[in-house]
Amino acid sequence: MKTKLECKEVKVFYKDFQALHGIDMDIFENRVTALIGPSGCGKSTFLRTINRLNELIEGTRTEGEIYLDEKNIYSNEIDVVALRKKVGMVFQKPSVFPMSIYENIAYGPKIHGIKNKGKLDSIVEKSLVAANLWQEVKDRIHKPAAGLSGGQQQRLVIARVLAVEPEVILMDEPASALDPISTSKLEELIGELKKQYTIVIVTHNMQQAARVSDFTGFFLNGFLIEYSKTNDLFVNPHDKKTEDYITGRFG
Amino acid sequence: MKKNKLSEGLVEILLRISAGASVLAIIIITVFIFYKGIPLIAKVGIIDFLFNLKWVPTNGSFGIGAMVIGSLAVTFCSLVWSVPLGIMTAILMAEIAPPKLADVLARFVELLAGIPSVVYGFFGLIVIVPFIRNHLGGVGLSVLAGAIVLGIMILPTIINISRDAILAIPKEYKENSLALGATHYQSIFRVILPAASSGIITAIVLGLGRAIGETMAVLMVTGNAAVLPDSLLAPVRTMTSNIVLEMGYAAGDHQAALFATGTVLFIFIVILNLAVSISMKAGTENGN
Amino acid sequence: MATRGKEKIITVLFWLSALVITAILAGIIGYIVVKGISAINWEFISQPPSRAGKEGGISTTIIGTIYLTLVALLIAVPLGVGAALYLEEYGRKNTMFGYVLKLTAETLAGIPSIVYGLFGFVFFVIFLNMGWSILSGGLTLAIMILPTITRTSQEAVIAVPQEYRSNSFALGATKWYTIKRLILPAAAPGIITGIILSAGRAVGESAAVLLTAGSSLGMPLNITDPARTMAVHLYILAIEGISMERAFGTALLIIVLILIINYLANWSVRKVVRQ
Repeated sequence: MKTKLECKEVKVFYKDFQALHGIDMDIFENRVTALIGPSGCGKSTFLRTINRLNELIEGTRTEGEIYLDEKNIYSNEIDVVALRKKVGMVFQKPSVFPMSIYENIAYGPKIHGIKNKGKLDSIVEKSLVAANLWQEVKDRIHKPAAGLSGGQQQRLVIARVLAVEPEVILMDEPASALDPISTSKLEELIGELKKQYTIVIVTHNMQQAARVSDFTGFFLNGFLIEYSKTNDLFVNPHDKKTEDYITGRFG
Repeated sequence: MKKNKLSEGLVEILLRISAGASVLAIIIITVFIFYKGIPLIAKVGIIDFLFNLKWVPTNGSFGIGAMVIGSLAVTFCSLVWSVPLGIMTAILMAEIAPPKLADVLARFVELLAGIPSVVYGFFGLIVIVPFIRNHLGGVGLSVLAGAIVLGIMILPTIINISRDAILAIPKEYKENSLALGATHYQSIFRVILPAASSGIITAIVLGLGRAIGETMAVLMVTGNAAVLPDSLLAPVRTMTSNIVLEMGYAAGDHQAALFATGTVLFIFIVILNLAVSISMKAGTENGN
Repeated sequence: MATRGKEKIITVLFWLSALVITAILAGIIGYIVVKGISAINWEFISQPPSRAGKEGGISTTIIGTIYLTLVALLIAVPLGVGAALYLEEYGRKNTMFGYVLKLTAETLAGIPSIVYGLFGFVFFVIFLNMGWSILSGGLTLAIMILPTITRTSQEAVIAVPQEYRSNSFALGATKWYTIKRLILPAAAPGIITGIILSAGRAVGESAAVLLTAGSSLGMPLNITDPARTMAVHLYILAIEGISMERAFGTALLIIVLILIINYLANWSVRKVVRQ
């Protein structure tokens, strides 16, 4: 089991407010790591430090180090664009661009310089297949993506991320806007994707974390309270606060 | 209690009347403009009226072709420079400039919008026309002078509507695009602007409408010769100028021909506006 | 990394566009201030023009402008506010009538002022036999500014919290009482902003006013008297080359007036936001 991401003393400040207090965490390759905790606990903020998306919000400051394959992504030599190519992200609400399914998927590859039509075609197909969406949309690939259902849109967004060929995929409550059937399809997909990718998923649904993840971290008030194998954390939590949370006593 | 109910009902009727006032206004406007203009168009023939280049009202020759082309030429030339400048400014204000600076720019644009057209015309006459005459040739009163003045005047329309359209794009588009490894500019040009395109087109169309309808400023700087302009430096007369210039002394068919010019303008603008508001309605119903 | 270089150039272009806009504004205002300031003195403001404007001041045109603007507002404000209340408070916005009204307002807003001028001329001046007068001009201007007043009033009324209404109705107040005592006072700053902006439009209008109020230089006393506004005066002074010095002075006064109106509008917008 290889360490893909090594986070050291990660702190995030929004102006005067400290959102994260020195997070230390190792995330392993080809595993699914779930981040759980009540809303406002810092789990999404932590997720967004991994592709440096927090920087979009004015007044945000990040301290500490995150090593991706032993390279600090917060060092000055790092190109944020290249980092985000390597670390893809799926958001809470699927946001398909107002263009065709095909153009949505081809968006990333085109940005990164692929112009060859045949190559783009094959990337689009491969990504849609990998996201378990190909069978459903192959006949209307040039139709507007907005016509897809919510669950399909979320898988489209995942396919769009896959098309960029990332190594790590961050998912920020990807199922929160989906119905139960779409959710189970998504969870199934996550199980398949981990063979190739390293996945970090934020969820407020503990059952989901238990179902899909290999490792789970529990966040509270900006602290990482407990981090271990999912099974251990749910069956045998070490910290009283973790136990309270997973048994539903607060949050 | 009863009295109360009565006055409540009265108030509602009064409010309904005030709401109906604008509908009444537009009906009367349409009726009177058409009533004064249509008979002459019918007499001359619509094709002849619109496309005949000979405007000699004292001789009974009523063709506004030169003015139609004059209006289109000045409008087109004004759009050529103000559309790119306006859209770039809108993008800057919505996406690039720090919010405080964008607010300052918005105040400037507001001021530009507030300056009356006759002041623009005056400035054009005093500064732009002599500049053209001295540095580019001709008499200065020209298509070019009109295009410069008009362009300035429609900048606020283009900037404000484009900016609103860009700001209305969900910020998730940008987040997703950046998360895919696009740069800020790639996100702007490949996702945000295409998504805002219908709003930006609306901005251009409304700017065009404003330019076609503008009167005093154009009148003051274009020289108003009722012939086809053969260059950017040639004088030109627009449909709107034609009305103001001759309304003071026109009578009979001549006056009717000016109303007919107004009718053409009116129909053109109404179609333009209806097209915009209907396409915007269709846009919102498509869930965009 | 070629993209990065290109993006630097684009950034420069973007900022240049803002610079051009700023330069245009500063250029126009600065030029007119510099050239006009020497023409302005108490006599210029207080004396009537003589010899067609070649000499004397512009007092009658200032009075004409204010008179005309007030008449237009007096007609348009009750109608516009009334229409807004009817649409928003009496739930008529989503009816067919509401849609027609919205389309009407949009169309009215787009009609060029010269067409309003033609209409005002044939309808008020000739058909209703009002002649070139403050009344004809005021009515024409009123129709022109009606859409702005209606729209801004609508926005102001919508912004009033829904709880005001439910609480007032729950206390047994009638609709009109609720509107009079709660909605209108709460929406007042927004409505006033719309009125100020419309006043700006009325002050600056020239084409429509020229055709409906005439260009008489006499002092307008009655509402049936013709009048020349400052904007029309500026046009005539400049286009007929009567007096450039006085044209600059008039232009400067118009700009000052517009700046004041703009400032007032912004000040009342800020008041709305603070609410």
